Amino acid sequence: MTVPIRLDACAKHYGATRVLEPLDLDITAGETVVLLGPSGCGKTTTLRLIAGLEVPDPGGRVRFGPRDVTDLPIERRNVGMVFQSYALFPNMSVAQNIGYGLKIRGVATAERRRRVGDMLDMMRIAELQDRAIGQLSGGQRQRVALARAIAVKPDVLLLDEPLTALDAKLRESLRVEIDSLLRGLGITTVYVTHDQAEAMALGDRIVVMSKGRIAQIGSPRDIWFAPADRFVAEFIGTTSPLPGEIAGGILTVAGATLPWAAGDGPVDVVVRPDAATLVGDGAGPGRLTATVRAAQFLGDRTRLAVTVAGDHLLTIDIGARETPAPGTTVTLALHPAALIVLARR
Amino acid sequence: MRNRTLGFWLQLALTLAVSAFLGVPILQSMLAGVTRNIFTGVWKSGLTLDWVGQVLTLYWPAILLSIEIALGCLVATLLVGVPAAYGLARAPGRLARLAEEALVLPVAVPGLALALAMVIAYNGWGGFRQSAWFILAGHVLFTLPFMVRAVLAVMASSDLATLEEGAASLGAGFFRRFFDVVLPNCRSGILAGALTVVTLSIGEFNLTWLLHTPLTKTLPVGLADAYASLRLEIGSAYTLVFFVLIVPLLVALQLLVRPRTAKPLSQDPS
Amino acid sequence: MTSPRGRMIAGLMILPAALVFLAFFVLPLVRLVIAGGEGPDGWAGYGVALADARHLTSLAETLALSIAVTLATLVLGGIPGLFLARNRFPGRALLVSILTLPLAFPGVVIGFMVILLAGRQGLIGQVSQLLGGDRIVFAYSMAGLFLGYVYFSIPRVVLTVMASAEKLDPQLEEAARSLGARPWRVFRDVVLPGLKPALISAGAITFATSMGAFGTAFTLATRIDVLPMVIYTEFTLGVNLAAAAGLSLLLGAVTWAALALARSAAGAGVAAAG
Repeated sequence: MTVPIRLDACAKHYGATRVLEPLDLDITAGETVVLLGPSGCGKTTTLRLIAGLEVPDPGGRVRFGPRDVTDLPIERRNVGMVFQSYALFPNMSVAQNIGYGLKIRGVATAERRRRVGDMLDMMRIAELQDRAIGQLSGGQRQRVALARAIAVKPDVLLLDEPLTALDAKLRESLRVEIDSLLRGLGITTVYVTHDQAEAMALGDRIVVMSKGRIAQIGSPRDIWFAPADRFVAEFIGTTSPLPGEIAGGILTVAGATLPWAAGDGPVDVVVRPDAATLVGDGAGPGRLTATVRAAQFLGDRTRLAVTVAGDHLLTIDIGARETPAPGTTVTLALHPAALIVLARR
Repeated sequence: MRNRTLGFWLQLALTLAVSAFLGVPILQSMLAGVTRNIFTGVWKSGLTLDWVGQVLTLYWPAILLSIEIALGCLVATLLVGVPAAYGLARAPGRLARLAEEALVLPVAVPGLALALAMVIAYNGWGGFRQSAWFILAGHVLFTLPFMVRAVLAVMASSDLATLEEGAASLGAGFFRRFFDVVLPNCRSGILAGALTVVTLSIGEFNLTWLLHTPLTKTLPVGLADAYASLRLEIGSAYTLVFFVLIVPLLVALQLLVRPRTAKPLSQDPS
Repeated sequence: MTSPRGRMIAGLMILPAALVFLAFFVLPLVRLVIAGGEGPDGWAGYGVALADARHLTSLAETLALSIAVTLATLVLGGIPGLFLARNRFPGRALLVSILTLPLAFPGVVIGFMVILLAGRQGLIGQVSQLLGGDRIVFAYSMAGLFLGYVYFSIPRVVLTVMASAEKLDPQLEEAARSLGARPWRVFRDVVLPGLKPALISAGAITFATSMGAFGTAFTLATRIDVLPMVIYTEFTLGVNLAAAAGLSLLLGAVTWAALALARSAAGAGVAAAG
């Protein structure tokens, strides 16, 4: 039976360092929440608090539904955990690894074998049943680790950067698989990653963290289109914030002017690579001149590094067949709908 | 997890008991060496350096010889072992494996058997057989694998190979590379090997007992004599002298080889 | 450095060591083997020596002693070694120092300490007499030898187990706990298998050292008939070269085999630690 998770005022310090400021988090049953942030932001610490591998500082409480599990160590919380290094037991075969949690719970041998078989089929690794761990590839180990965590029918599923150790192509294909797996299982899941593409693909909600605090919680679209502050805006997607000013309903940034209804005063304008297009010379709303510094052909588009108005660097994606030479001057048109404007503090 | 479980205390108790088992006899024998009268105990009879004084007068040649042999052993193993370690580190796989197996043999065969073999082999070489050089040869044979192993461990690391390639790319020939790059970077291995060799040589008995003559007694051989004489005070004082010589070396070795602290189970934050 | 010049240099550097090895190991061993066959019975002398009842008893006793010492040391050294590798508390460094200090003590010194502890004037004897019973003296028997052998074997085991414990992957234990395993289960299913190579290696070295130890038995007087003592007395008192040589080779073969086992177990351990 899957449960909601609730963290109340959970903080953590090691020695004299505070790695997690008191945080509150509410996760609904069956939801997949992604903890996203750079290294050192506290996301793994938070995961370990939920898991029961760490105890929060006095005053913090962790609840699984109505149960207060704060004082329970991990072995009594009935969670399923996938570790960054997979942590598969080298002295056991694949089947024995997957069945280990069931063995601990005293499940009868016949039933255990059946469940392990189901897991092997679900992960499509039935042929690896008696293989030794050392003979498995990275992707195979991943599947075994997942199977082992799910086999015990946990209340909560916890994944600590499970795809970080794999190469890019494998990561992408496994991401899709994990996504459909999580949707099919419906277990409350907490997933830690520093890869924002992964977070956007897998999360029902994303918790962006920085320096031990929550910067923003929201759906992937919320985070992408409406970042709460400059940190979130810069962490998600490739962005180039430019200083600008709103006065009398007009937004001025890098030499371009646009009508802008809300807001007033100095702002940071977050420009994503898809927020501008190359246009012919000529005036118009949202147009600015830029000097091309470098043009990278990426297959499906050309990525330009340009400087605008006083040496601000901007990254803009344009059509794959357009090839402006470095050193030339071009005109860009900003799309008002794609701009993110944050009040400068 | 800050609360100590019952298991922690039980393990601590066992560890303390075993430590006492190892440590108390050392203290006891050191104390016995400076006690005026062992049979009445130190409180009743007081401390004295008489026994130590007697030991030094009786056994000074043996102690000196042990120190000389240890230093000679050190020089020999440095001159022979360090290049050998380098050769093994750079040698092609098969030869290196064979050599490493061979390297273990003198340590695997018990000292007594080795000494026996040496005595039989060099029986006809009168002068050599009777001299301290014979003992030195045995010590070098026994300690050489330890020096080679200590230095090889450092040399075989890929870091060193890369450093050498860097030096070679800058034009350094073999000898320049060896003395400017290889040796300085193996300092820790050489030092560990050196301490091990000296410690082993000073304390070596199994080999030396068969190799020695009445004129070439070493410190441990003297110790066996003292114990056999059944004079506890002399034996204890002599043991004390031995400890004074060897414990600083062992402590230095400990500090060098393992500056580690315990790693608690919970990981660092990330 | 696999160029011909590189190979030559490597060879030259190994040469002095190889010469030492040849002159003081290979040559003597060959002479030993030959000398053993030069006795009154010729080569059959070996067979006679190895079939002698006294020698076989000695071999059996030495084997039994060495196995007992190995088992006792693995427990008495392994548990503290694991404990010290995993826990931090004031005084820990001191305990580690004490436990690993006797690493290079010669057998004679340990024999002496056994006499101080359990000899005729020994501490244990005095305590037992004070408690009203007989003066307990066991230094000059197998029990005393056992005590001494355990004494000098513990440091090696502690060091090996500590080094191995530090290399264990903590995530494996966390994974086992995440699947519900309590501390004893985690120890049995994850930690112990992880330490197995180190335990085998340390155990084999302890066994080999106990088999070949001479100084301790020598100090504790001649009533004890472990194999090295038998070899010694055959050579010095019995002047029976064939016996001494044959038994030496046998002893050497047994200890070498034990150490080969130790090395292969330690090599396999690289994979098992995760």
